[in-house]
Amino acid sequence: MTPSAEAPVTFTAAGFRLGAQRCVPMLIGLFPFGLVAGVTAQAHGLSLAEASLMSGLVFAGSSQIVTLGAWTVPASIAAATLTCFIVNLRFMLMGPLLAPWFDNVHGWRRWFTIGFLVEHTWALALKEIEHGNRDAAFFLGAGVLTWLVWVVTTIAGFLLGEIVAPAAGHPLFFAALACFIAMLVPMWRGKQDLIPWAVAAIVAIAVSRELPGTSWHIVAGAIAGGFAGYLRDRRARKSTERAQ
Amino acid sequence: MTTLHLWTVLTIVSMAAVTYLLRAGGYWLFRTFKPSPGLQSMLTYVPGALFVSFVVPSVVAGGVKEWIAAAVTVVVAVMTRSIVWPIFAGTATAWVVWMLA
Repeated sequence: MTPSAEAPVTFTAAGFRLGAQRCVPMLIGLFPFGLVAGVTAQAHGLSLAEASLMSGLVFAGSSQIVTLGAWTVPASIAAATLTCFIVNLRFMLMGPLLAPWFDNVHGWRRWFTIGFLVEHTWALALKEIEHGNRDAAFFLGAGVLTWLVWVVTTIAGFLLGEIVAPAAGHPLFFAALACFIAMLVPMWRGKQDLIPWAVAAIVAIAVSRELPGTSWHIVAGAIAGGFAGYLRDRRARKSTERAQ
Repeated sequence: MTTLHLWTVLTIVSMAAVTYLLRAGGYWLFRTFKPSPGLQSMLTYVPGALFVSFVVPSVVAGGVKEWIAAAVTVVVAVMTRSIVWPIFAGTATAWVVWMLA
């Protein structure tokens, strides 16, 4: 806990603007992702209105793309909902880390704002919280701008898909992965992360081979890496206790 | 273009509802059942582990193009500590490798 963590949590327009500002660089990584969501929706027979509605309400790219990949006409509510559940299960692990902000705001400021939780806004928020930012509106600002760009790029992808369907392996799509790598690198805190990250990588690779097209590998890797970190902390604590 | 089929809309609403419940539900669960210090120490490792689990399988499953581009992205991210430059450098590298192949 940083000393400023004791300061009261606010929810201001300035915080909102800062959140929107800080998330601008991430948006470059979002473009190709939104285009793919739009192109995929178009290819599977959704109307432009339906594609925009999906991006606007679901607002979770990988689950939309995976669900659309198995889209049927008429749609299967059970299959689509279950797919979203599996692919988006990782959000369960992400929400709790935003407690320093959301525990201290109430009503819509908590329960509406948390609806904008995605990796991009989450990674930004964690950094802000760590640096002592106590303005929870930061998350809403980052979320609303990300959401707007997500819906607009979905529409652009849909319209693009009506003209030319870009091939799946096109290097442009690497930008989405590059964005995740660029978010991962600053998360490195030092030697203590080495084993947890290695465990996460190995578990994630193994599970992704067994269960392709889901996000179980992300959930499994995050939990395995977290557990490795917990064991490391416990051993480190015990050896300092012994040394004393 | 602007048609909305009732069944499709219902499916989308159901997808959105379950996704929202996951976003709010993890936070709600931890808030309601105060986690032990052990679980909290585990949670501090989750962000890095989660992003590793996202990135590494995708890179491994790709080809030479993804491997080289990912390496360039990491190097530029370490050097610049920015989000924008690694994305440009990595994507440009992927493009060059793709054109050469």
